Amino acid sequence: MSRILIVALNTFREAVRDRVLYNLVFFALLMIASAVIVGQISMDIETIVMVSLGLSAISLIGLLIAVFTGVGLVSKEIDKRTLHAVLAKPLRRWEFLLGKFTGLVLTLTVNTAAMGAGLFLAMWYVKHSIARGDTVVLVALYFILLKLTLVVALAMMFSCFTSPLLAILFTGGLYVAGLFVAQLRSLQVTQMSAHTQKFFALLSFLLPNFGNYDVMGAATHGRAIPRILVLHNTLYTALYCAIVLSVAAIIFSRKDLK
Amino acid sequence: MQVEDGEVFGLLGPNGAGKSTTIKLLMGIIFPTTGSAQILGKPVSDVSMHRDIGYLPEQPYFYDYLTAAEVLDYFARFHGFNAAERKERVQKMLQRVGLETAGKIQLRKFSKGMLQRVGLAQAILHDPKLVILDEPMSGLDPVGRREVRDIILELKNAGKTILFSTHILPDAETLCDRVGVIARGQLRGVGAPGSIVGVKSLGMEIVFELTGSGPQSEPIRAKAAKSGSNYRMNANEAELYGVLAELREAGAKIVSVTQIKPTLEDFFMELVGKDGARAAAIEVTGQ
Repeated sequence: MSRILIVALNTFREAVRDRVLYNLVFFALLMIASAVIVGQISMDIETIVMVSLGLSAISLIGLLIAVFTGVGLVSKEIDKRTLHAVLAKPLRRWEFLLGKFTGLVLTLTVNTAAMGAGLFLAMWYVKHSIARGDTVVLVALYFILLKLTLVVALAMMFSCFTSPLLAILFTGGLYVAGLFVAQLRSLQVTQMSAHTQKFFALLSFLLPNFGNYDVMGAATHGRAIPRILVLHNTLYTALYCAIVLSVAAIIFSRKDLK
Repeated sequence: MQVEDGEVFGLLGPNGAGKSTTIKLLMGIIFPTTGSAQILGKPVSDVSMHRDIGYLPEQPYFYDYLTAAEVLDYFARFHGFNAAERKERVQKMLQRVGLETAGKIQLRKFSKGMLQRVGLAQAILHDPKLVILDEPMSGLDPVGRREVRDIILELKNAGKTILFSTHILPDAETLCDRVGVIARGQLRGVGAPGSIVGVKSLGMEIVFELTGSGPQSEPIRAKAAKSGSNYRMNANEAELYGVLAELREAGAKIVSVTQIKPTLEDFFMELVGKDGARAAAIEVTGQ
């Protein structure tokens, strides 16, 4: 078995045993309560409310897990010195890092899939049917997962060179900034100096564009999402993660562990 | 410093001397600012040679959400063993370190001594050529220490090379073919435990019983130290027979006569004392 996969599966097992997936119970209760309440108000907005509430909850819960668990993936191993015995095995540091990343992404995939299934159940309860147009919710779930994958990569990178608290703050800050990349690109720059214009232009391309993953409007109204956006977001996430994880691997490979 | 194939090498030194730092450098946990090291002919940066190395970290800590058997199985996977081999090796190792009944208990419920045993098991699980143990006796009760000593000797008999750090000097004297003494980050001596401290006798120790109360016994009582029901006295080798005759005349019964040799501990303490004086001198002169 690949060494990366060995670490990944153990990371998944850690998440399960540390009860990370217990959030599913909270989500299930939220969906049941919402479905019951929304089912009683019949104003043809049941689906919009359910999808919007469900996707928001999935995104928020996923983000909390991605940031907090992502930051702890490496820093906890360094603090507790569990890494010492692991790195004494024929395992390169970048393989360990990639294994931890893969393990958490696997956890988030299972988590998102389970919550997605819960959301579809709630939608079926409210509408008494699932239409072909509802597949757009699946795309929205896929985009949430891509977003979480990128957040995990960023959280891991920051945790490789700073304290867990700062890593959480940096990741959170970058996520919020990344939501406004589109606005940054459309800033009225004519009144700014040339240097400031260049700075904002550069910043808008360096920041992770989390706005790309937001298809809530389309998902709630059942509008189709262009295939090119799916392809774009997939490639964007893969490339951005590759760069961020490479930086993390370079930093981690030279880090003196205590 | 060079550790030879098949020997048991002890790395000795006071706390903060640099024993664990040396071992961490060898294991690639920290990186040297200068200098180099090789293990089995390969630079320490080459992770592939970790296949042939077993390492027990100081105060080992493992994933506490796993059971002892699971953590050993996890480590065994990195060495490419199949499921059947892993199962067999894990059981064998648990038995070897006395944890056969605790294999299914999560490590969060383990005592420090039990974790040390798990650490030892994972270090030798894959039958490595070289075993590096950082303070292997730490946290163990006398029975555990005896078991670890036995395992080290078994490994030695199986032709393995063992490098271990310790500040428990009798262990080093018992187990090591050679020792290296580190103080303040510098290697201060390497050699067999006997040769490193010198073989020169420091005199003779005579233990005797003295029950009589004659006039000859009083000066002897004044010179000797009371030790339980016996008396203890030191003499240099040249005057030994004279002192023994004097004791016989006073009616003393000789219990034992032993040559006093410097121990590793004496050497160690002398070294630490010297370094302490040097540190003070540096502090005073500012140089």
